[in-house]
Amino acid sequence: MSATVTAENKPAPPPVERIKVKVDGREIEVPKTTPDWQGKPQATTMLQACAHAGVDVPHYCYHHKLPVAGNCRMCLVEFGTPVMDPATKKPALNEDGSPKIARSVLPYEPGTPRGAIACATPISPGMELYPGSPATAQMREAVLESLLINHPLDCTICDQAGECKLQEYSVEHGQAASRFVETKVHKPKAVDLGPRIVLDDERCILCTRCIRFTKDIVNDDALGIINRGSYNTIAAAPGRQFDNNYTLNTVDLCPVGALTSKDFRFKMRVWFLKETKSVCPGCATGCNIIIGSRENVIQRLEPRENDAVNGPWMCDSGRLDYKWVGASNRLKEVLVGGKPSTWQTALSEIGSRLVTAAPGSVAIVGSARLSTEELFLLKQLARKFDAITDVVEHLGEADRLLVHAEKAPNYSGARITGLAYTEAGINLPRIRAGIETGSIKSLVVVGEDLVAAGFSSDLLGRLSLLVVSDIVPTPTTSIAHYVLPGCAYAEKRGTFINAKGRVQKFMKAVEPPGTARPEWEFLHELVHQVTGGNGYSTIEGLFNLLARELAPLAGLEWSRLGDTGVTVTL
Amino acid sequence: MSTKIVDRKPLSFFENSYLPTLMSGLKVTWKHFKKSALQGRPLTMEYPEQKWVVPQGYRGAPYLVKDQEGSTKCVSCQLCEFVCPPKAIRITPPGPNGAPADRRNAEKAPAEFEINMLRCIFCGLCQEVCPEEAIFLQKDYSLTGESREEMVYGKAKLLQMGGTHGGIQKWKHKLEEAEAQEVFPVRTN
Amino acid sequence: MNLFDYLEPTTQFVIFSAIKILIVFGVTMTFVAYAVLAERKISAWIQDRVGPNRTAPPITKFIPILGPMLVRLGIFQPMADGLKFLLKEDFTPAYVRKVYFWLAPAIAVIPAFLTFAVIPFGSTLGNPDNKMVIADLNVGVLYTFGIVSLGVYGIVLAGYAANSKYPFLGGIRSSAQMISYEIAMGMSVVAVFMVVGDLNLGAVVQYQAKHGWMVLHQPLAFAIFLIAAFAETNRLPFDLPESESELVGGYHTEYSSMKFALFFLGEYAAMISASAMMVTLFFGGWTLPFLSEPASSLLVGLLHIAIFIAKLVVLLVVFIWVRWMLPRFRYDQLMDLGWRRFIPLALGNILATALVLAFISP
Repeated sequence: MSATVTAENKPAPPPVERIKVKVDGREIEVPKTTPDWQGKPQATTMLQACAHAGVDVPHYCYHHKLPVAGNCRMCLVEFGTPVMDPATKKPALNEDGSPKIARSVLPYEPGTPRGAIACATPISPGMELYPGSPATAQMREAVLESLLINHPLDCTICDQAGECKLQEYSVEHGQAASRFVETKVHKPKAVDLGPRIVLDDERCILCTRCIRFTKDIVNDDALGIINRGSYNTIAAAPGRQFDNNYTLNTVDLCPVGALTSKDFRFKMRVWFLKETKSVCPGCATGCNIIIGSRENVIQRLEPRENDAVNGPWMCDSGRLDYKWVGASNRLKEVLVGGKPSTWQTALSEIGSRLVTAAPGSVAIVGSARLSTEELFLLKQLARKFDAITDVVEHLGEADRLLVHAEKAPNYSGARITGLAYTEAGINLPRIRAGIETGSIKSLVVVGEDLVAAGFSSDLLGRLSLLVVSDIVPTPTTSIAHYVLPGCAYAEKRGTFINAKGRVQKFMKAVEPPGTARPEWEFLHELVHQVTGGNGYSTIEGLFNLLARELAPLAGLEWSRLGDTGVTVTL
Repeated sequence: MSTKIVDRKPLSFFENSYLPTLMSGLKVTWKHFKKSALQGRPLTMEYPEQKWVVPQGYRGAPYLVKDQEGSTKCVSCQLCEFVCPPKAIRITPPGPNGAPADRRNAEKAPAEFEINMLRCIFCGLCQEVCPEEAIFLQKDYSLTGESREEMVYGKAKLLQMGGTHGGIQKWKHKLEEAEAQEVFPVRTN
Repeated sequence: MNLFDYLEPTTQFVIFSAIKILIVFGVTMTFVAYAVLAERKISAWIQDRVGPNRTAPPITKFIPILGPMLVRLGIFQPMADGLKFLLKEDFTPAYVRKVYFWLAPAIAVIPAFLTFAVIPFGSTLGNPDNKMVIADLNVGVLYTFGIVSLGVYGIVLAGYAANSKYPFLGGIRSSAQMISYEIAMGMSVVAVFMVVGDLNLGAVVQYQAKHGWMVLHQPLAFAIFLIAAFAETNRLPFDLPESESELVGGYHTEYSSMKFALFFLGEYAAMISASAMMVTLFFGGWTLPFLSEPASSLLVGLLHIAIFIAKLVVLLVVFIWVRWMLPRFRYDQLMDLGWRRFIPLALGNILATALVLAFISP
């Protein structure tokens, strides 16, 4: 393991040729090529040039991680190109010496400006873009009016309201009133597109983002457009359901309220959600997420774009795996011998019993669901008692896109802290044998159900001290001498290190139930008690301490992790 | 914003004796005393027996209303909950598995709608923001109860107090339009 | 006659005086309670309101027409008020000077009642020796002024004891105001006694019975005395010590329950005693122009007392009414009025009286 830390392990891209264009009269220099949705260099488009100039061009069908379709026409921008003198083949000049620019006009109607779709039109040297011109504004207004012709305007019952591009652009660029007096075309509502997706065809603006996503990103060509003209409708292929592990990304992609999540349907208006940056604990990929919560209840998870990990996507199984956080069966109080007690009593008793344990008679089983800080504290505890340690392995299916086979977020953290060896679970048989022979008398388990991991209740019953911390009751907690209620990832702060060595921090979204406390808090107290040393009582201090002590993380600091993390060499 | 300085007229000897002030004070007090004590016409209203006639446009307690067909107008869009300055309104949306709305085509209705009348300041923002004309400040001004819980009015009570308020019934018209087109099977909950 | 006659004269005097004290105290207390009611009712009427009209003990249900009428007049309101004062929590803030805090209400209320000792509220009752005055002092008016000036101590002490700024300001204002106006008040009375030639209040009444009411002889003295009485009793327009809009409640800000009620009682008792003094000094006491001989029978004796009380009531109404006639004075105006107008005026009045007595009608 080397101690070098870089933000990206890819080599720096070769320098790109830069060209000059004008955006609303301001000259800027932009790269001639820009990576497209697959990362291949392509000619820079007008939309990207405007973005360089800090000008937002409204768009529906364009998405930076999808192939360009150019069908919504929202990004129309008026532009002009330098005039070439046919005789000299050089740019023609005005009288004041500036280059002569020909504004684009309709070929058959030279008085009318003609726009180009900014998402698909490459820029050329000397080009002038007019995203702020009256003609551009008029084009946007006309496109919006066209898109709204058959839109049902049912924002009051639409889950997208509040994060709907149609709403936003109507306010910014649309007309105040509709001129449409005819009867609207009605299309099916609340169509069951798949097990997790509901489609409202009336709201759809046919941008085809969902079709391109499932075809080009997931390789599941399940969606398409049927019927003609005003009756165009998104539909699943005949006889098929829109059912893969990434369908819910189309809900995020859909710029309007046509595709909505069955899980989030009619659940909460989005403007009430408190957004907390976090990391999905579902597998070792560690997709960046945003937890949307209101008043201590998690309402939904959404992917947070991080090109080093998950791009803008996440899998459905990870996205829907949040309900256990607020489950009613959570452990809410400290149990000593099965009876409610206090943290102070339990921790001081555990501490004094561990201190008197014979060397080598203590074993510690952690979990790859714990944060790096917690695993580090467990390792400190183990070092004090010369304990044998391990984490339980959870394996599952992987896929080609995001899902990793290791079904816990922090196996890398377990390995880096030394709580687990190169292969997780390798020490568990030794611990089991130790209990059987009686050489192990005390066992500390954090975040795992050992009965499910192959330790029988009878075997665990032989221990003279069994300390279990978990967040829900398990067969292991039912026979533990001390039960310490812990926190779910959304209830505490910390870091996970994903399978590729990305150190990412996650933030607290909701309060833990009852008297449950973050594991790092009480483990810190326990370590402080048994070792007598002092540590850091904040997560920032704890992380900075472990970054100093663990070679792969050398040089890292909590404040340097940022929102998207830092990759270290494992 | 110019300030006009008015000269203070010096008081005459008579005025300085306080006698004119005393006399005018006596005149005013006697006029009112005569009116309320001798003629029995005080201005005050003896409240529980006599009640005030609430004027048009009075902002009393907000209640939910039903449409002409007796269906809940509220679609649980939660704009009133959002706009409510004292956070008196609390709406429980139906959620993915909630009961369907009691009228066709609107799809959504609140599972519960609570207004804490102890918090409500009768500002009328809920009525102003409501896109469905489902909540109105009505004429009740004297809300009493024996506990805090009692003063949190639930959906059933709000609908019962609110009565009926007609209107354009846009969801009904959408449905009729869709049925007339007969192009697609109309989903009606 | 009866057992009473067999007792020694001293014992008789003591018993008779004790009975008079009890009756006077009881009547005054009732007067205080109903003065509060009258204040509330008259205030209400002047402000186009109804005033207390709800308090109804259960028995009023059984009185056919009169019951509801009494309820509407608020006759039972003082009982409810008194009961409330007795039952409220007697709160003593933590930061006050406790001894003075407890002492002040008592000192405020006692002088107001002591003044009644020298006021002849009737002629005689039954026996011609039974004068209707508790203490027939020959220096009655000096006693009165001595006692009245003690009242200021209660208020100053209250302001000091509360140990907070508004009561303190109220106390300071009050003491300055009372001391200032006491001078004018005393000087105005000097002229009266110059005319009468006796300091005994009974003698003042007798003089008026012979020569007509003093208000006609000494109108200026009466005006000064009346206005000074307003200032002495902290009534509007001179209620600066407790002006709500600037000092919260002045010296009573920190008081509650019965201790507050004592200040309240004291204020109204002071108002009644000032009225009684004015009746005695300027309005002929218990006499009427045609009823000025000491009572020959029990009935006439009672009538004299009734006349005194009737005059008292009229003056109380004036006190209450003036409250709504004039706005509150500014403090400098108050001091200006006291020192630069009334004291010279009263001095001038004494001089003029002396000159008239010396040269015109000796």
